[in-house]
Amino acid sequence: MNQGLIPTTESVYKLIQELNKLPGIGPKSAQRLAYYLLRAPGEQAKLLADAIISIKQKTKLCSICSNVTDSDPCSICRSDQRDQTKICVVEQPQDILALEHTRIYNGLYHVLHGAISPTEGVGADDIRIKELMNRLQGGSIDEVILATNPNLEGEQTALYLNKLISPLGIRVTRLARGLPFGTELEYADDVTLTRAIEGRQEF
Amino acid sequence: MSKPRNYQTEAIIIKKIKLGEADRILTLYTPHLGKIQAVAKGVRRPRSKMAGHLELLTHSQVSLARGRNLDTVTGSQTINSFLPLKSDLQLTAYALYAVELIDQFTVDNVENYPLFQLLRETMHNLCQGNNNELILRYFELHLLNQVGYRPQLQQCVSCHSPLEAITNSFSPRAGGMLCPSCRQSQILTYPLSVNGLKVLRFLQNSDYNTSSQLKMNPELSQELEGVMRNYLKYLLEREVKSAVWLDTLRGQIKQTALLQD
Ligand SMILES: [Zn+2]
Ligand SMILES: [Zn+2]
Repeated sequence: MNQGLIPTTESVYKLIQELNKLPGIGPKSAQRLAYYLLRAPGEQAKLLADAIISIKQKTKLCSICSNVTDSDPCSICRSDQRDQTKICVVEQPQDILALEHTRIYNGLYHVLHGAISPTEGVGADDIRIKELMNRLQGGSIDEVILATNPNLEGEQTALYLNKLISPLGIRVTRLARGLPFGTELEYADDVTLTRAIEGRQEF
Repeated sequence: MSKPRNYQTEAIIIKKIKLGEADRILTLYTPHLGKIQAVAKGVRRPRSKMAGHLELLTHSQVSLARGRNLDTVTGSQTINSFLPLKSDLQLTAYALYAVELIDQFTVDNVENYPLFQLLRETMHNLCQGNNNELILRYFELHLLNQVGYRPQLQQCVSCHSPLEAITNSFSPRAGGMLCPSCRQSQILTYPLSVNGLKVLRFLQNSDYNTSSQLKMNPELSQELEGVMRNYLKYLLEREVKSAVWLDTLRGQIKQTALLQD
């Protein structure tokens, strides 16, 4: 696969190797990006390098919700505009971006940083479940919305969290699982269709 | 026999690994091709037409195109999604344990039709939601039959004398039972009660319908799980990962039961 990629210098070669490790960047793209940066004005490469270094040095995880943040607690946990009685539980920080983009949810979040995956050896103690349970001790939360992924690991995680949380008398809800927008019914699998029929709503 | 450019097969999805941004490498257990690996492109995107048909623990009809390294999934249609199983935490844990064992005890591209049938039957039985421990012990014993590690339960593996109706010992290393006088020859042995041995023999030599008539009390169930797990651990030279999760869930159930008392 690396045929035809003969970098001229050691430092260019090193950059190509590093770029190639990024998701979605194949060897050809890595080469293109490396040579682009080589020709680009000095400050452009420096801005990129600084940005990369600062996400590693300046960001941390929010001590309350475990989201990625520059300041602790994060802006969502600090905000008095948000509904402090609801927590939406997601697997990854990126999921918060997707949900925030809809502007429909105004509560708090909790990032698990993963999902339970027994065959990969990821159990309940390997993701941030304890941190979530600690947040629920205060008694100020009245609803937990489980927004884990609609796949096997996400479902397992949601079922497990429900088992832990519902005995506390807190309302536990799950994002509706149904047909994705922009698809066609005939391609839907049985699980999705079953859940979509079960979750049907009055028109 | 070499595979044609495009081919179709039934398969149960037993493993998935993320690949790149939106793809997965799937491990499929098939009736006539044995265990195969294939790339499923785009299945981590919400609009993927195939994703739901290629989820773990799903029995599907799968179309594949032969590739230079890995074959690629070009289409798939669910045969059985085993939905009752997936909606239950405990049952999913049992099923994941079963597919992990299949993956660990098989190599790629070796046909084993009875093993496929055993896996399908096990998924189906777990969907019924009762007798789960028995289903797993039955699965383990018949899996071991199929992959060449059938434990010797009829007589002492060392002196070949018949076993008396007393507590004898199971030796993972010897691959079967040892009488009290031969027990010293092995460092690691596990005591197996008369009833425990009877049940294992019965499960080993019966089909599932006959086996399912059996009732095990919790003590017996625990004894047999311990013996089988130690044997599997010895053969695999490591713990079965999903067994850890099974234990976590069981601990939880016990705790809840105690709280309610
Ligand atoms: Zn926060
Ligand atoms: Zn003997």
